Amino acid sequence: MERTIYREIRATPQVMQLGGLLAAFILAALWSVYTVEHHGHVITGMTNQIVWGLPHVFAIFLIVAASGALNVASIASVFGQKAYKPMARFSSLLAIALLVGGLAVVVLDLGRPDRLIVAMTTYNFSSVFAWNVLLYNGFIVIVGGYLVLQMMRKVDPRLVKAAGLVAFLWRLALTTGTGSIFGWLVARPGYDAAIMAPLFIVMSFAFGLAVFILVTLWLFTLSGRIFGDALLIRMGRLLGIFAAAVLYFTAVQHLTNLYATEHGGVERFILRDGGIYTLLFWGVQVVIGGLAPIALVFLNPSRSSTVLAATLVIIGGFAQVYVIVIGGQAYPLDIFPGFDVIEGFNEGIVNPYAPSIYELLLGLGGVAIALFAAGLGAKVLRVLPTNLSDANLPADR
Amino acid sequence: MTNRAELTRRDILKSGAAVASLTLASGVTLMAFGGSADAKGADAGKRWGLLIDAGKCDADCSDCVTACSTENGWGHGDHGSPETDPAWIRKVTLKEQSTGRTVSAPIMCQHCEAPPCVDVCPTGASMQRPDGVVLVDKHICIGCRYCMMACPFKARSFVHEPVADQKVNAPRGNGTVESCTLCVHRVDKGRIPACVEACEQAGHSAILFGDLNDPDSPISKALEQYPSIALRDDLGLNPAVRYQNM
Amino acid sequence: MIMRIALLLACLAAPVWAGDLMPAIPAATGDPHPEGNDYMRRNHMEMMKHDRDLTLRQGDRDIGASLGQCFDCHAVEVAGEPVGYDNEQHFCRTCHDYAAVKVDCFMCHTSKPATDIHRTMATADEPNSIAAYLTRVEGAEQ
Repeated sequence: MERTIYREIRATPQVMQLGGLLAAFILAALWSVYTVEHHGHVITGMTNQIVWGLPHVFAIFLIVAASGALNVASIASVFGQKAYKPMARFSSLLAIALLVGGLAVVVLDLGRPDRLIVAMTTYNFSSVFAWNVLLYNGFIVIVGGYLVLQMMRKVDPRLVKAAGLVAFLWRLALTTGTGSIFGWLVARPGYDAAIMAPLFIVMSFAFGLAVFILVTLWLFTLSGRIFGDALLIRMGRLLGIFAAAVLYFTAVQHLTNLYATEHGGVERFILRDGGIYTLLFWGVQVVIGGLAPIALVFLNPSRSSTVLAATLVIIGGFAQVYVIVIGGQAYPLDIFPGFDVIEGFNEGIVNPYAPSIYELLLGLGGVAIALFAAGLGAKVLRVLPTNLSDANLPADR
Repeated sequence: MTNRAELTRRDILKSGAAVASLTLASGVTLMAFGGSADAKGADAGKRWGLLIDAGKCDADCSDCVTACSTENGWGHGDHGSPETDPAWIRKVTLKEQSTGRTVSAPIMCQHCEAPPCVDVCPTGASMQRPDGVVLVDKHICIGCRYCMMACPFKARSFVHEPVADQKVNAPRGNGTVESCTLCVHRVDKGRIPACVEACEQAGHSAILFGDLNDPDSPISKALEQYPSIALRDDLGLNPAVRYQNM
Repeated sequence: MIMRIALLLACLAAPVWAGDLMPAIPAATGDPHPEGNDYMRRNHMEMMKHDRDLTLRQGDRDIGASLGQCFDCHAVEVAGEPVGYDNEQHFCRTCHDYAAVKVDCFMCHTSKPATDIHRTMATADEPNSIAAYLTRVEGAEQ
């Protein structure tokens, strides 16, 4: 294969328009934050029962996808697949961009976002959330350093490989931490499970790769570069394997819960009686986000199959995070086993949740921040390869 | 140097009286139950707790809720809905599935010995005092609501609206999390919590307050004599609030 | 050249002009602080921060600088009523508006003088004291 040339994308009118559109979404999100700051969270749909809402769904999806987006670089440097090497730089950049977008949503939804400095300087180390703050900030620094090393000339390739390994291990720790935010909550039957951490890791593989495929293709189309079919189909097959892994871990999670009688209630809720949550679980997460993409990439491998599969995995991923975050809170806490609550506000009932426009705008703003940062990075830095055509693929497969 | 033989009974009596009056003087405003009478503030030797007799609790009475909201300044002037209004304490009426028996009781922060909310708080705002009372340090609370996710008892509330005219003893503000403080502002000054006082004044005396670490306190004796349960006992949190006749 | 002289004169005259711009701090009642105004102006934040942790985390209420005690002397009344932080004549606002330093305390704390707090330990004769309560409870048991 010829030497990879990385070049910035040119600021065509189309690119500028897209940037403008994303900036508009970011401004809308800032307006939403300002309004919520002023009036309090009472204007959102989040309550004392559904404590984390749509913004957190967006944020967790973005954060999980961020660690997964780094996978492409890891496959190249840690697992030695040369075909992925030209994409490694953009993979690092996209990972940082997605994480920043997700963190922006989390921070802006805080009750006291003006106390961010407190959050970054005062730590309670028995809290996995506190560890996550350190892991997220460390990720930005480590992957940033990795990207710099990748871009520098005359750097010992072993150093780049070592940096790639550190980044890979750090991102595994980060995703474990993110999954453990839920997995280590003893109070709620929908969460308290050791499998949350590995489940989140395979989710990150799937979501990250799907986002990477779509964003890279998008930028390539915008800048008139060639992304070869063979490489795309290859990545699609990998995506199919990751989606299958997600289905497997989901199955193990629910089968284990079903076996424990004490968790039977929450399982019946998610799998059968939960209304919107049941629909999202079976219809969107399992079928649209799992079975359909797997069928597409293995039964009909093609360029369009991969693109469609990536889109479906993202949609299914949102549904999965929604069911985990919101479904887990909607199911009532069982404070009085053996009793029915006949009087008591919001006791023992499925908690309703109706997201407001403020939450949606904040979440979309986070996505916009991530995409804007990725596009801006591709425009000012030499991270996007000029040629990913099939003729250019290396000999090893 | 005093010759041991010269220490008369009078000397002993005098020194004994001096010691006794000193002890009494320092302890005159603090009952010497568990821990030391001289301790300033939260005494690690004490563990404040409540024993709630659901048998004495009247399903139609919510005086404890009213007293708490008046004492601490919540629940008035909120424009939101019941889903977002704070509830430091709430009344529930339960029906036993197997027998049909109904019972009523107030639920508030259980002030666990191993509080999950304290474990999960990223900044350490959710904290436990030396005397076991679990509080929110609203100076460093960032309003992330993770403690609300972690609490098995739904004891914590998030302040969803800007607050004005707070009570001096209960600072509370928009964007932070709050819950029952066991009225530490009263307890530290030697007074009983507002809910305990209100329940007594309503004639039920269903909430018994005291020092769990003092074996001679009424609450410890009651726990020793009569069966009681802790909510969500299976979690092993050892709450300071226990329920009788539930 | 003329510009330079004009600017020089303006700078020399500035202290005179600045006299009108200094904040008009409302007079306090009660005894002055033993540490002196300068010390309090520089250090009141640190003092409050140190004592707040003692009170909140240790339950030590026997401290020198409770917010309620500040307002014993530093309350400003307008039309007979003490004003809160939302009014620009509030004691803290006069300096903090001038210095453009936001005060976070009153998001949670009330900014008016305390009227119904318990400043002293309860005595055993007060019915809602722990001592009296325990006597009643022990009596009821027998």
